[in-house]
Amino acid sequence: MLQIWNSYLRRIVPLGLLWLLPLTFLFIFYFYPLSSILKLSFERQSSGILTPFLEALNSPSIRQVFWFTIWQAALSTLLCLAIGLPGAYLFARFNFRGKSILQALTVIPFVLPTVVVAAAFYALLGPTGFVNNALVQIFSLEAPPIQFTNTIYAILLAHIFYNTTIILRMVGDFWSHIDPRLDQAARTLGATPITAFFKVTLPILGQAITAAALLVFIFNFTSFGVILILGGPKFANLEVEIYNQTISFFNLPLAAVLSILQLTSTLVMTVIYTHLNRSMSQPIQLRARSFTQKRITTWRQRLFAGILILFLFSLLISPLLALSIKSFTNPGLGRGERTSRSVGFTLDNYRQLSINRRESFFFVPPLIAVRNSLVYASIAVILTLAIGMPASWALTRYSDSFFNRLLDPVLMLPLGTSAVTMGLGFIVALNLPPLNLRASPILIPLAHTLVAFPFVVRSLTPSLRSINPRLRQAAGILGASPFQVFHAVDLPLVGRAIIIAGTFAFTISLGEFGATALIARPEYPTIPLMIYRFISQPGATNYGQAMALSTILMAVAAAGIIIIERLRIAQIGEF
Amino acid sequence: MKITSSIQLIVIVLSALTLSACESESNIYTNQGDEARTLTVMTHDSFSISEQLLEKFQTDHGVEVRFLKSGDAGTTINKAILTKDNPLADVLYGVDNTFLSRALQKDIFESYPSPWLSAIDDNFELDSKYRVLPVDYGDVCINYDRGYFQKHTLPVPQSLDDLLDPGFSDMLVVENPATSSPGLAFLLTTIGRYGDPGYLNYWQGLVNNHVLVVNDWEVAYNQEFSISGGQRPLAVSYSSSPAFEVIYSATPDSEPPTAAIVGDGDCFRQIEFVGILKGTQNRALAEQWIDFMLSPEFQEDIPLQMFVFPVNEQAVLDQVFTEHLAIPEHPAIVSSEDIAEFREEWINQWTQLVLR
Repeated sequence: MLQIWNSYLRRIVPLGLLWLLPLTFLFIFYFYPLSSILKLSFERQSSGILTPFLEALNSPSIRQVFWFTIWQAALSTLLCLAIGLPGAYLFARFNFRGKSILQALTVIPFVLPTVVVAAAFYALLGPTGFVNNALVQIFSLEAPPIQFTNTIYAILLAHIFYNTTIILRMVGDFWSHIDPRLDQAARTLGATPITAFFKVTLPILGQAITAAALLVFIFNFTSFGVILILGGPKFANLEVEIYNQTISFFNLPLAAVLSILQLTSTLVMTVIYTHLNRSMSQPIQLRARSFTQKRITTWRQRLFAGILILFLFSLLISPLLALSIKSFTNPGLGRGERTSRSVGFTLDNYRQLSINRRESFFFVPPLIAVRNSLVYASIAVILTLAIGMPASWALTRYSDSFFNRLLDPVLMLPLGTSAVTMGLGFIVALNLPPLNLRASPILIPLAHTLVAFPFVVRSLTPSLRSINPRLRQAAGILGASPFQVFHAVDLPLVGRAIIIAGTFAFTISLGEFGATALIARPEYPTIPLMIYRFISQPGATNYGQAMALSTILMAVAAAGIIIIERLRIAQIGEF
Repeated sequence: MKITSSIQLIVIVLSALTLSACESESNIYTNQGDEARTLTVMTHDSFSISEQLLEKFQTDHGVEVRFLKSGDAGTTINKAILTKDNPLADVLYGVDNTFLSRALQKDIFESYPSPWLSAIDDNFELDSKYRVLPVDYGDVCINYDRGYFQKHTLPVPQSLDDLLDPGFSDMLVVENPATSSPGLAFLLTTIGRYGDPGYLNYWQGLVNNHVLVVNDWEVAYNQEFSISGGQRPLAVSYSSSPAFEVIYSATPDSEPPTAAIVGDGDCFRQIEFVGILKGTQNRALAEQWIDFMLSPEFQEDIPLQMFVFPVNEQAVLDQVFTEHLAIPEHPAIVSSEDIAEFREEWINQWTQLVLR
């Protein structure tokens, strides 16, 4: 009896210790503010808590919003998969020149604020954009043939632009550690490449694909800026409707109902995912990338790589290019039919950034904004990894514990929570010492951590699950302490996954706008906030400066990503 | 690099970064410690002030002013209402007449009849109990691309009525009143001018003339408006936008590329207010701040900082505004009580007609 009790303790104590930090964090900075704002919202309803639920249920426009939210998210996710999976294969199996730059560039969309992305898409696909102008000239048309403004295509394209990188990174990394001989063996035994893929590779990749797809789906589901700015007034998803009900109509009870609906949907999706995943995850032998990747040799490989790179370039990279070109051109061109002498390359937009023309108290030189962004991002990365690593560990080491099964889906909830709801939650809940943080700048990295945390958990668990438990047992039998086991077995094997997770946390924090705008202290603006300040004012130079700052943001992001990649904590290639 | 040494490096770099971050935060907290001499002012995103002017106020009154920017105007009001029992700030600036009733109904302000009110036109004073005091105003009007109409030798529309003329088909871009503040202002213009339900007929006419609706001022002005490379030469913006096109022009040009249509009933006037939040511990300081905001010094600083105009008649405008600014004499009028009562209904009716 005592023995059973002891072994139970041995299991439950480390599990509890692992969960201590992540759960404390989530409780204070997520569940407490969220429940406070929901409670307060329902208290405002004099006619009973059920009324807003019935109102939402009986409203055809809300039903329409809900249906639209689901189908656009599903379609966007499928499209991201259709482009991301071949891309992941390319990055996982082949080595070619410029690969690391291409990989870094595909992550950059993640950090760009939607107002800027809208500008980039207009430059390419707008009525007088690059593509339409070219088509009009080539076929001597009278009107631009591509209608982009306020269409579902704008939404889908922007979602592909933003979220394909999640598939590329998470699946691509996992794939690069799968032994290619498994696939080769199947083919030697007579399987066609397609059969080999479906019977051998896909079952192993499954958990990485579902994890990435779940994140992409939730991102598309709760998309705000893309739907609002690019989709235009005919489209509204739950997130946009929550914003309208909260800010425009101040109908907090209805907003709370919609928030709960969005959270429930996130929960349902995650439960389906966990269920699918449980049947899939199996330990495999991870391999070094030097072992799994080869150079491009045959012409078929060249063709495949060429077409795919062209595709990735036009979907993910050409908008970035359009932005930086705009930042180096005179924004006054064509304004009011001026015949301008200043055609061509200029650095004016960048020079203007350091001039406080209005002598404003709130002026911030670009370098300071970069510093602010980097400080917030660093804190967010540290916090996210500090709570994300023990959580994903607990999830994988004790995966059949009841506690874990319960917690697993709950961890995704912060991603499904509306930014407006959360922003108001912070100010109504964290209002008393010692947690009077309502006006503190520390709220910004905390909010970023909440969003990045699910990413870290989702990108770490597939790798951690795939570690053969016997390796840990062997290390244990040989006398290694739990820490030594982690250091010698787990860390080398999941080092890459930690880096990917860190990159996500870094980029999420760098580009985050919604929560930052709601809780920002004006003395410490981030780059996206500064971009927004410029772009929301009339005048050519303001627009030009917004473009210049966006280019700086892209450069900072790219540099950060490349540096994080170079850190090489315990590269797998080293075992 | 060896595994352990690179881990050590990361730890060192990251802890250095955290320390520097903590340092910058502790700077902020030193402000908070000296509670009696700190005034907290809650504002919307667009608030701005000259550095020198603020320093002068701070030295004159021996006070540190702390600003809390709280999102757009609507978000700022909502935050103030939700934190009524434990207010975030001493003063709130940025309620406009479209949100005024919401704020007054929730009773979040203390009354303060500033002596400067005598220098302000009574038309701006919308609260008879002086719980909020007017600071500035801006007019939402239709802007047109002067070059476009010259180039195509077309007549410029003179009023809202003209926009129904098929000659102006496919030319106008407006913002969605549900998501954009100038969008709401333009809807209110049509309600003030044509009444309810007359405004719906007017909008039916605009729809027949292929009006384009976008959700955001940025998209309307920076993308769809023809001066920015779009296809539409008419856009809903502010009466001040042409003057700012000159001030923030990329070429040293004295002529604005745009102009505003400012005939009677063609524009809607947004008035912004300041008020002392109930429960402040710094009532005297808060009064001083409000007097400061209404004084000619601050009032003259407003246009170049915030793109809106002073209500104080003693404030003198910069020359660029006297040259390029057309201020509508008789903007359309909708009372803030009506806006509060019918806002949702009007927006819903408009949505049904224009978007569905």
